[in-house]
Amino acid sequence: MANGSEVLIEENIIVGSTVSGSSRPRTYSMADQLFKNVTRFFAFLVLLLMAAIIVSLFMGALPAIRKFGIGFIGSATWNPVTNVFGGLVPIVGTLVTSTIALLIAVPVSFGIAMFLTEMCPARLKRPLGTTIELLAGIPSIIYGMWGLFVFAPVFSQHAEPWIDAHLGRLPLIGLFFSGPPIGIGIMTAGLILSIMVIPFIAAVIRDVFEVVPPLLKESAYGLGATTWEVTRYIVLPYARVGVVGGIMLGLGRAIGETMAVTFVIGNSHSLHASLLMPGNSIASTLANEFTEAVGRIYTASLIELGLFLFIITFIVLALAKLLLIRLSRMEGKRS
Amino acid sequence: MKMVNSARALLSSTALLLCVCTATPALAVDITGAGATFPYPIYSKWAEAYRAKTGNGLNYQSLGSGAGIKQIEAKTVDFGASDMPLTMDVLEKNGLQQFPTVMGGEVLAFNVAGIKKGELKLNGQLIAAIYLGKITKWNDPALVKLNPGLKLPDSRITVIHRSDGSGTTFIFTNYLSKISPEWKTKVGNSVSVSWPVGVGGKGNAGVASYVQQVPGAIGYVEYAYALNNKIPYALLYNHDGKLVKPTSESFQAAAAGADWKKTPGFRVILTDEPGANSWPITGATFILMHKVQDNPARALQVLKFFAWDYANGGKMAEQLVYVPFPPSVVKTIEDSWSTIKAKDGTPVWKSSADGK
Repeated sequence: MANGSEVLIEENIIVGSTVSGSSRPRTYSMADQLFKNVTRFFAFLVLLLMAAIIVSLFMGALPAIRKFGIGFIGSATWNPVTNVFGGLVPIVGTLVTSTIALLIAVPVSFGIAMFLTEMCPARLKRPLGTTIELLAGIPSIIYGMWGLFVFAPVFSQHAEPWIDAHLGRLPLIGLFFSGPPIGIGIMTAGLILSIMVIPFIAAVIRDVFEVVPPLLKESAYGLGATTWEVTRYIVLPYARVGVVGGIMLGLGRAIGETMAVTFVIGNSHSLHASLLMPGNSIASTLANEFTEAVGRIYTASLIELGLFLFIITFIVLALAKLLLIRLSRMEGKRS
Repeated sequence: MKMVNSARALLSSTALLLCVCTATPALAVDITGAGATFPYPIYSKWAEAYRAKTGNGLNYQSLGSGAGIKQIEAKTVDFGASDMPLTMDVLEKNGLQQFPTVMGGEVLAFNVAGIKKGELKLNGQLIAAIYLGKITKWNDPALVKLNPGLKLPDSRITVIHRSDGSGTTFIFTNYLSKISPEWKTKVGNSVSVSWPVGVGGKGNAGVASYVQQVPGAIGYVEYAYALNNKIPYALLYNHDGKLVKPTSESFQAAAAGADWKKTPGFRVILTDEPGANSWPITGATFILMHKVQDNPARALQVLKFFAWDYANGGKMAEQLVYVPFPPSVVKTIEDSWSTIKAKDGTPVWKSSADGK
């Protein structure tokens, strides 16, 4: 069936190419034109939507922007009683939890993808791959509940006292790892996020690793390269666009994740150096407070946080694109 | 041929379905409301019973009090619902009127090894000190003094509060503001506040589960949640200095002491009420309606619904651990409805006989 339709398409192309040019019937080109315009309209619709979202976020945030100005980013105050708001705690919380998530998820996902494509026995490939895809499909609230009811108690009883007693005593970095073992906080949120984004990143990296032409890999193996060398110098450079894309997909999910983070981050508007202390993220602040936000400034401040979430995502995507451009430039210089 | 037949059957059944769908609204009126999440279980239970009785339904969206206030101001719903009573200024400005429907109490749930339900005793001063971060250990001298004979451990107190804006928080912070001048100036009273210490849980369920998870935790929850989840809660010393248990009777005792008649907009917050049996952290949930109704027929349906609930819904409320209002207060509430009027100035609600 699949073959049949391919042949059909090919025939169409051949027919199309023979009739193309001046001899092409008018109705045909009109339909073409229409099709082109429709697709163009769809594409521009995305731009329009994006502009509309930015404008409406900006308009909604305007009262807060007028009142707090640029100081909004630097202020850790969040007081609905006196109507004074600052976005520092949620912005920092979003960035820190996403960073922890990526620091753990990227190496692990890379390992998963490398094992599945290079070393896995064919028998295991299918079930393992399917499991990862299944994990990617689990709703985030399940991760949140698991994090709160299963992970947090274990983490607070067994891991956090150790972290506090050992890492917490170290000079300089000790500041980040000391605190009471309550099992809920920035660190827990980061760990849960890493578990959530691993399937996304691993699935994408595995897919792009799989499309690397076997010819290239076999040649390298033929020259006596080890599995690591093949992955590092053949597979990774070939698949880098996809790998960066996969990491960005994971980062996007980590930055915007709401429910799972809300469950385990502690939802406290206070700034602590320690990762064991409760904090807040932009998405969980919005989820927590939007419904009951009474008053113009309060609502506007929450919308401004949403605007910042948008800006952070935008910056991250822009940085990823820049990274890719620089990588390909370096490639050009080397060869 | 068979296919044609089944297609015809499908077509006719669809037509039938369409008929039924279009016919229903003509027979019954579905009123719409939006707002507070706290009374959602009882409103939906009342709505179910009311529909079975009268055929008229209620479409209630529990979006949160803030959203409920916004929706009624925008007139997208027939009534809004809020756990926090609005001030008279705000009511006047938006042409709104409010009245309470049911009450509920809040308890301090705790997780201290070896201490069971009702063994721990607290008073307002101590709760304020704990939530201000001044008392940080369970064996603090002040706690030991109030609980002689109780073996309080040398462990840290983890304060749990609500992370979402909530009427529960409004009532709790209102209580602390009445008790502690320091709380009033430093933190204040609102649906969400800037907490000096602690961890935030989402919803009553979030706070309840944090209290159960974290050893040494203390948190305020609706009484129903502590009861259903079997979390130990503390006894409290009330305004009169008497030790009280959270029960329907002690919640109602707090309501009985309040002067609903003389308080404009029923803006009564039942915290720290006098009376030997009054539970100190009690509160009501409120309904908001426009004083001038564009559609008096729908407004009448709303009032009829609540009148029916006051008259017949008490048992259902008690099953869900809400506290219904005593008949004397209900009469005051229903009398206040005379100010809800159609555009031409005729009152929507004629007499309490309408509802029965």
